[in-house]
Amino acid sequence: MTELNNVRRADLVVIGGGPAGMAAAVAAYEKGLRDILILERDDNLGGILRQCIHNGFGLHRFGEELTGPEYAYRYEKQVKEYGIPYMLNTMVIDVDENKVVTAMNRECGIFTVEAKAVILAMGCRERPKGALNIAGTRPAGIYTAGTAQKFVNMKGLMPGREVVILGSGDIGLIMARRMTLEGAKVKAVCELMPYSGGLARNIEQCLNDFGIPLMLSHTVVEIHGKDRLTAVTIAKVDESRRPIPETFETIPCDTLLLSCGLIPENELTKASGIRLDRVTGGAVVDGERETEIPGIFACGNVLHVHDLVDYVSEEAVIAGEAAVKYIRGEKSHGMALNLVTDGKIRYTVPQKITSAEKTKVYFRVANVYRDVKIVVKEGERVILERKKQKVAPGEMETVLLSADMLAACDKNATISFSLEEVKK
Amino acid sequence: MFDYVVIGAGVVGGLVARELTKYRLSVCIVEKTSDVAMGATRANSAIVHAGFDAKEGTLKAKLNVQGSEMMEDLCSELGVKYKRNGSLVVGFNEEDEATLHSLIERGEKNGVKGLSFVRRDELVKIEPNIGDGVTCALRAETGAIVCPYELCIAAVGNAMDNGAELKLNFEVKNIEKCGDVYRISSENETVEAGAVINCAGVYSDDIARLVGDDSFSVRPRRGEYMLLDKECGSLVGHTVFRCPSKMGKGVLVSPTVDGNLLLGPTAEDIDDKNDTSTTPKGLSHLSSLASEQVKGIQLGKVITSFTGLRATGSTGDFIINSPIDGFINCAGVESPGLTSAPAIAKYVVEMLKKSGRELKENERFNGVRRPLHYFRELPVEKKNEIIKENPDYAHVVCRCETVTAGEIIEAIRTNPKPTSIDGIKRRTRASMGRCQGGFCTPYMVELLAREMGVPVTEITKSGGESYINVGKTEKGNI
Repeated sequence: MTELNNVRRADLVVIGGGPAGMAAAVAAYEKGLRDILILERDDNLGGILRQCIHNGFGLHRFGEELTGPEYAYRYEKQVKEYGIPYMLNTMVIDVDENKVVTAMNRECGIFTVEAKAVILAMGCRERPKGALNIAGTRPAGIYTAGTAQKFVNMKGLMPGREVVILGSGDIGLIMARRMTLEGAKVKAVCELMPYSGGLARNIEQCLNDFGIPLMLSHTVVEIHGKDRLTAVTIAKVDESRRPIPETFETIPCDTLLLSCGLIPENELTKASGIRLDRVTGGAVVDGERETEIPGIFACGNVLHVHDLVDYVSEEAVIAGEAAVKYIRGEKSHGMALNLVTDGKIRYTVPQKITSAEKTKVYFRVANVYRDVKIVVKEGERVILERKKQKVAPGEMETVLLSADMLAACDKNATISFSLEEVKK
Repeated sequence: MFDYVVIGAGVVGGLVARELTKYRLSVCIVEKTSDVAMGATRANSAIVHAGFDAKEGTLKAKLNVQGSEMMEDLCSELGVKYKRNGSLVVGFNEEDEATLHSLIERGEKNGVKGLSFVRRDELVKIEPNIGDGVTCALRAETGAIVCPYELCIAAVGNAMDNGAELKLNFEVKNIEKCGDVYRISSENETVEAGAVINCAGVYSDDIARLVGDDSFSVRPRRGEYMLLDKECGSLVGHTVFRCPSKMGKGVLVSPTVDGNLLLGPTAEDIDDKNDTSTTPKGLSHLSSLASEQVKGIQLGKVITSFTGLRATGSTGDFIINSPIDGFINCAGVESPGLTSAPAIAKYVVEMLKKSGRELKENERFNGVRRPLHYFRELPVEKKNEIIKENPDYAHVVCRCETVTAGEIIEAIRTNPKPTSIDGIKRRTRASMGRCQGGFCTPYMVELLAREMGVPVTEITKSGGESYINVGKTEKGNI
């Protein structure tokens, strides 16, 4: 074992070597920055994409359909070709407001890196069973969809044979198909809401194509089984999402997979004192993905949960390039626009805009709405309007605010985002 | 042939066994499940009660106060986390106020020190998040918190380090007395002993019946709990009990020694001694009661809910007696059983001495056990020294609780050795954090299989048939 080398320096430390972290590091490199260090907790670059062996990645970014590992490999190859330094099996345990990053790995023990800028790209995790507070026993056989995906795709292990899935998030839908292809029987996908949280294409390709029923407005109310799961009781829910007793139905199964939402993994962010957005669970950032601590940026699923990795990469480029500007003292703060939403739109990322440069604003809606228009206003002045036939919580929306639009705003304006009905 | 067989590896059985290893005796603990601390010890309020609750003059009252006084030193010997955070019993009206005064009076008769009555204005200064409807409280300075399964694991581990043997998956089906020898049998094994200590929790009445003692019965009382994220752990500093009344008894809101927030328990007498399920009714009842005691409880931050079964005896008091020579019951050990357990262990040994059994001191007894969590508490330089020797201690497996492969492997190799994922969890906290094992379970499965020398498909969540995986995928078989 090498000598412990416990204090290092780097211009830019990127926490996380998944799609966001790699794309941010590559973007920073392409802007001329060389002293970069990626810290990755797993034993390979690629993050969660490594276990996403299905296709459908890269249509926007590369104009072709790739599997998760293929998509990740495009970036991994670039990181390696550029010679961007990275450390694997390295867990970051602290980031402070002075951009001192503390991490640990087998070679260096516990060490710190003093950085000029930091990009947070830790991704997200799945909501566990406990958080759902389902009554009943606590047997084996209950996993989040992602854990099951890891067992099946990375470890060659079958977590079960007869499956019920709670939640219709994308990983749940993907795993419904995956488990079916591996010979398991997927009996139902229950979704608490009256609509699915997953992408329309996944419902088509992963459920409908295999005849797996999607039971909307249904939930699991009780878990049965002492050692291993033997059954779940499901129920239809009323408008206030309360189970309706007459609809209780017990389905024998040995596995319950949960796909009930993703939570940005912001423990480090929180501990460093960065303000988080209560809705996204990620940091409050400006158009260049800078958090409220200057020089600390965030991108990808740690900032807000994305539907497509293509958008993660796009956002990571913004953060990577902005970090270089920050290090060079070129990041401008000419404005302080505050972005607010009306409730039908749940959040925007960014939440603030600090320079009058072209800015793409991402957002999600709270429910399924038809025949609406997205309206962006400064006070009563309409900046932009866009008609949509249908918007849904499962599909992230974007609008592009041009430099001219932003330059026309008062420097400290509040910009509102709302959904309005379109009269036919 | 052992001198003593202890039936049940809960906190009482563990501490009794450890107490016996202080003497030159051979001791065997038999446990029906695949791990220690699997009954009431696994799921209770984790409280060291001050001792004002039990009726004066009862065995409960006496052993509670003694146990509470012993607990801090015991925990420090065994390396178990203990915190004297103080308790509050909060009242909502004049009736409660009267109850609290009588509890103080009872506590003082029981010999409890540091009891006082506080009014709301004073109370909000020490606990700003106390519920808006709370008017007064009993404050007990000696109230404390401890991790019950950690205490049990440490007690059994220390007993084993001092020579005791542990037989897991040994469900006692029959006890025969042949002369001075007890023959204790499971389905496929028999052990012999000169004496038997029955510490079988909710099953202790069934065990007593095996030797013809049907003088008492034990009924399980379901208690449901919810555990909240560490983010919520500092909502209160004290353990906040609810004043016993028609509205409910004993529901508490408490920080845990590991920094989470615990709500519970409900109280419901049931018949099935195996039924540790939670109920929609119980959980919702608990949520509303707890929120009256303390405000700002974020129920969205629940990371797990669980049920414990208190072993409620038919006599109303602890049942610690010897129905026949060489057989001792430690039964009906409901709350404050955890608090009383150290005193129960001493009490049992005193009974043995009084009955004329020869107990010679074991000079080689070492009561100190290095806790498994020593690593996480070390300063960085010390950690780096250990990492230099063994890099596994720098390999973080559980990211939510920052538990390393080194700590997990050490736990797997330390008495009492865990044989399941939940066993590792209770010893190291790996997978006990907010993601509840989402990321680390697959890795823990591999580590445990490697250490146990079994295929990964043999690994269980919690023993028995609780397999994590049911087999391999088609590709996985190649």
